[in-house]
Amino acid sequence: MAAIEMKNIIKTYDDGFPAVNDVSLDIADGEFMILVGPSGCGKSTLLRMIVGLEDITSGDMIIGGKRVNDKAPRERNLSMVFQNYALYPHLTVYENIAFPLRLAKMDDQEVERRVQEASDVLELHEHLDRKPANLSGGQRQRVAMGRAIVRQAEAFLFDEPLSNLDAKLRGQMRTEISRLQRRLGITTVYVTHDQTEAMTLGDRVAVLRKGLLQQVASPRELYEQPVNLFVAGFIGSPPMNFLPATVNGSTLETPFGEVTLDDEKARAVAGKDLVLMGVRPEYFEDASLVEDSKRNLGSTFTARVDVTEWLGDSQYAYIPFDAPKEVEDQLKELSRELDSDQLRTQAIVSIDSTSRIREGRDAEFWIDTRKVHCFDPASGDNLTRDAEAGAKLTREAGEDREADLAANAERDGHPTSAQGAGTAPAGGSTRV
Amino acid sequence: MSRREKNLWIFGGILIVIYALFPIAWIVSLSLKAPSDLSNQQFLPTQVSWENYELILTGGASDLFLPALRNSFGIVLIATAIACFLAMFAAYAIARLDFPGKKLILSTALAVAIFPVISIVTPLFNLWRQIGLYDTWPGLIIPYLSLTLPISIWTLSAFFREIPWEMEQAAQVDGATTWQAFRKVIVPLAAPGVFTTAIIAFFIAWNDFVYGISLTSTNAARPVPAALGLFSGASQFESPTGGISAAAVVVTIPVIILVLLFQRRIVAGLTNGAVKG
Amino acid sequence: MSTTTLPPAGEKTSPKSAPKRAISDRARAERKLGWMLAGPAFAVMLLVTAYPILQAFYESLFDFRLTDPENRSFTWFSNYYVVLTDRIWWISLGVTLFITVVTVAVELVLGFGLALVMVKALSSIRPIIRAAILIPYAVITVVSAFAWQFAFSLTSGFVNTWFGWVPGIGADTDWFGGQWSALFVVCLAEIWKTTPFISLLLLAGLAQVPEVLQEAARVDGATWWQRLTKVTIPNMKAAIMVALLFRSLDAFRVFDSIFVMTGGANNTETVSFLAYRQTISRLEIGLGSAVSVLLFLCVVIICAIFIKGFKVDLSSTTGDK
Repeated sequence: MAAIEMKNIIKTYDDGFPAVNDVSLDIADGEFMILVGPSGCGKSTLLRMIVGLEDITSGDMIIGGKRVNDKAPRERNLSMVFQNYALYPHLTVYENIAFPLRLAKMDDQEVERRVQEASDVLELHEHLDRKPANLSGGQRQRVAMGRAIVRQAEAFLFDEPLSNLDAKLRGQMRTEISRLQRRLGITTVYVTHDQTEAMTLGDRVAVLRKGLLQQVASPRELYEQPVNLFVAGFIGSPPMNFLPATVNGSTLETPFGEVTLDDEKARAVAGKDLVLMGVRPEYFEDASLVEDSKRNLGSTFTARVDVTEWLGDSQYAYIPFDAPKEVEDQLKELSRELDSDQLRTQAIVSIDSTSRIREGRDAEFWIDTRKVHCFDPASGDNLTRDAEAGAKLTREAGEDREADLAANAERDGHPTSAQGAGTAPAGGSTRV
Repeated sequence: MSRREKNLWIFGGILIVIYALFPIAWIVSLSLKAPSDLSNQQFLPTQVSWENYELILTGGASDLFLPALRNSFGIVLIATAIACFLAMFAAYAIARLDFPGKKLILSTALAVAIFPVISIVTPLFNLWRQIGLYDTWPGLIIPYLSLTLPISIWTLSAFFREIPWEMEQAAQVDGATTWQAFRKVIVPLAAPGVFTTAIIAFFIAWNDFVYGISLTSTNAARPVPAALGLFSGASQFESPTGGISAAAVVVTIPVIILVLLFQRRIVAGLTNGAVKG
Repeated sequence: MSTTTLPPAGEKTSPKSAPKRAISDRARAERKLGWMLAGPAFAVMLLVTAYPILQAFYESLFDFRLTDPENRSFTWFSNYYVVLTDRIWWISLGVTLFITVVTVAVELVLGFGLALVMVKALSSIRPIIRAAILIPYAVITVVSAFAWQFAFSLTSGFVNTWFGWVPGIGADTDWFGGQWSALFVVCLAEIWKTTPFISLLLLAGLAQVPEVLQEAARVDGATWWQRLTKVTIPNMKAAIMVALLFRSLDAFRVFDSIFVMTGGANNTETVSFLAYRQTISRLEIGLGSAVSVLLFLCVVIICAIFIKGFKVDLSSTTGDK
C-alpha cells in the first residue's frame, strides 16, 4: 500500500494535443480518489499513466516514494479492473484470479489459499471452474475484482468498472467496492463519468476538464463550494441552473425577478455588470409550500411552467427563460462540454412532490438566496466561493475516513489472523 | 416465413449441394470405371473397378504419382508452416504495435496477393537454373511463400485485432513481461486463428500449378497438380483418363476432410481476412 | 499549455530532461520491435515478388534465348514492340478479358444467389450447404479442370449423351474443337470453382447489413425485390466491389484450366499461358519476360480502374479504422 503523488504530469499525443495538462495530485495512502469528468477530459489517460500503460510526456509519477515514470506496468505492482474486465477467455475463473500469482511463480498451496480467500470475499466459490464466457456481467465484474485483490498490490485502479452493468447491479457493485476498499484500506484510484459513483465512493474527487485539473475536494465541498462554472455544472443531478443576472448594488436582476444578496456576496460581485447566478434545483420551492418563517430568507417570483415531472418522491418543474445572446451561447457551450447538449435555456426546479403546480400555468416559486453562487461569465470563476467553508468540509471528510480506517484496523486486528476477516462473507459482518 | 417460401429455400439449398458436388461425383465415378468403360459416354460406370487406383498407387504410374504426392505434402506443409510462423509475428506487430510502415506492409501483402504468378515464374525459372534451385524442394517452397504469406498476414492480423487490447494490458498490470503476455494470453487466444490461417494457406499452396510445372522437371520436386497436368503428355498408358481421375480423387480427399472438419472456421477466416481485414 | 516548458521535476532523477528522452526511447523501442517482428515477412514478400518482377523487366530488354545464350544482346524495348505488334498477344488478351468479364459477371449473380440461400437456409441445413460450397473452393483447379474436360470430352464425356436433345449438340460435338465452345467449357469450370469464394465474401457483406434495416424497410412497405435493391445491395456495395476486384484480378491470371483443358489450342490462349509458353516451353526469356511485364501492367491497370474508377475503398479491407 502506498501513496501516489503526481507532479506536473503532462501527456501530449503526437498531434500535439495535450490529453492531460500539468496535473498535480497527491493521493494519500489508503485514500479512495475519484477521477471524474466528461468524456475526453483525460481521466482515463491519467489512470493509465499511473498504471504504466501510457507514457508520461513530462512530470513525475511517484508511487510509494519511488519515481515510476520509466517502469513497466509489471514493475509497479498495481492492480487494475478494466472497463470490459479483460478476463482471459481461455482460463477458468480460478486461473483468471490466480494469473498474477502464477506470473509471480508463487507455489500452488499459496495460490490456492489466496484464490479461495478472494473468492470468499467476492462469493465466487461456485463459479471457480467456469469460463468467463459463461458468467453474467456482475459475476465477471467480481472475477475482475478478485484478480485485483488476490495480490498485495500497492494500489487498486478502476477504469469505469461499472459502466457495462445495468442500473440495479451497478448500485450493488458500488456498495461492494466501497465496502471492499474500506476493509482492505488500500489506496484506490477510480475513474468514472458517473456522478453517483463519484459522490458516493470517493474520499476525495478530482474533477478534470480537457486535461486540466479543476478542483480536488470531498464530494460535499464540490457540491457546496464549487470552484467554477464547470465543476458547479458537472456535479449534481439535475444540474445547477445558471441564470443571467445584472448586478445592481446588492441586488441581482434575474429573469426570475430581483434577488438580494448578503453583504459578503454583494462585496464579491461588486464591480461586475453581469454575472451568472448558480442555483441548485433544490434551492427552489413551490412558494405556497414555504413556511412564512423561511419565506423572507429568500425571494419569490412568478413564472410559467413548461413541463413538470412527478417522480413519486420528488417533482421537477421546467421553467424556460430568455438570456442575452452571449450568455446563451456560453451556457450552450457549457452544456455541450458536460455531454448534455441542452437545447433551450431553462431552469430545472425541484419542488415538493405534493405541490399542485401544473404545466402551462403561472406559478409562484421561492428561491433560497442564501445558497446561491455567482460566477464570472467570462472566466467562469466562482466569485462567491467560501474557501474556508469548503476546506472545512473536506477536512471533516478526511477525519471520517481516518476514523473508519482505524475502526477497520482494530476489528481486523482482533481475529486469529490478519486475513481472518476474509473468511466472513462480505455481505454480513462488515459495515462501512 | 411461409411454408411455401421455406420449401423454396430448402430447394435452393439442395440445388447448391448438387451444384457443388456434381463434378466431384463425376470424377469419382470416372475413377471407378474400368478401361473398357471409360469411353461409354455415361455418367456412371457399368461396373465398379479399382483398376485405376491400383495403377497410380501400386501399378505402372505409381512411380510418377507417389513421389508427386510426397513432394506436394512436404513442400506445401513446409511453406505453410514458414508462412504462418513469419505471419504470426508480422500480424501481431501490425495489430498491436505502433510503427511507421505498417500500412506499407499490409499494402505489400495485398499487392503480392494479386500479383500475376506467371510474372514471377519467368525470372525465377532463369534464376533457379543459375543457382541450382531448379527442380528442388526449396525452389518451390520459396515461391510458395508468395502465395501463402500475404493471405496469412491478412487473416492473422484480422484475428489478432479481435483479441481485445485490454487483455494484454491486464496481463502486463498483473505482472507479465511483454513476452509472457504474448505467450500466456495472446498465443492461446490466437491459436484457433493461426490454425485457420494454416488451413487456408494450405489450400492455396496445395492448389498451385504454375510454379509446379514451371520450376520442376522431374520427380525430385514435382507436386501433384503439375504431375496430373503432365500425365496426359506422358504416354505410359493408352488413355490417361482413368489414372488422372483416380489421382484427382486421391488429392481431393485431404481437402475435403479439412473442409468437413473445419468448415465454420474456414468461412470465418476467409471472410475475416478479405472483408473485415 | 506548452509542453516545452518542462517543470523542474526532471532534474530529480537525471540532469538532462529524462522524461522526454524516455518517451522517445520507448517509442523507438516499439518501432524497432515492430520492424523486427514484421520485417522478415516483409523481406520475404519483397524477395519473392518485387525482385523477380524487376528482374523480369531487366530481362525483357534483352534479346535472349536460353538455348542460345551466346547471342544475348541488349535491344531496348524491341521485345515489347514484337509482342505488341503480334496478333497472338491481342488474341490472348481478348480471350483473357472475355473469360474475366464473363466469369466474374456470372459469378457475381450466382454468388449472390448462393449467399442469399445461405442466409435464408434453416440453421439445421446451413452447415451442410456451407461445407458443400467450400468444396469447389478447396478442390485443386487442375482437378476441377479435368473433371469438366472429361465431362465434355468426345471420348469419355457424358454431356453429349445427356444433352443430345439440345439443337446443335450431337454425339460428335467436339467442344474443344472450336474457340467459342472451348471457352464456354473453360468458363463453366472457372465459374464452378470460384463462385463459392465470391459468395462467401458476399455473405459476409450481407451479414454486415443490419437486420433492423430490413425490418424498417418492410414496415415502410418495401417488397422483397425493393428491399434487396434499395436496402441490401447499396449497403453492401463495399463488399461487392472488393469481391469484384479480387475475383477480376484472379480471373485475369487464368492459366491452370487453359493448360489442362485446351492447351491453348484453337485461339484459347490466355496472357498467362502465352507468357508461360514463351518462357518455359520455347525458352525465349526476353520475349516471355516482356509478356510477363505486360501482364503485370494489365493487373495494375485493372486495379487502378477499380480503385479510381469505381472508388473501391480498400481502407475498409486494410483494417485501418
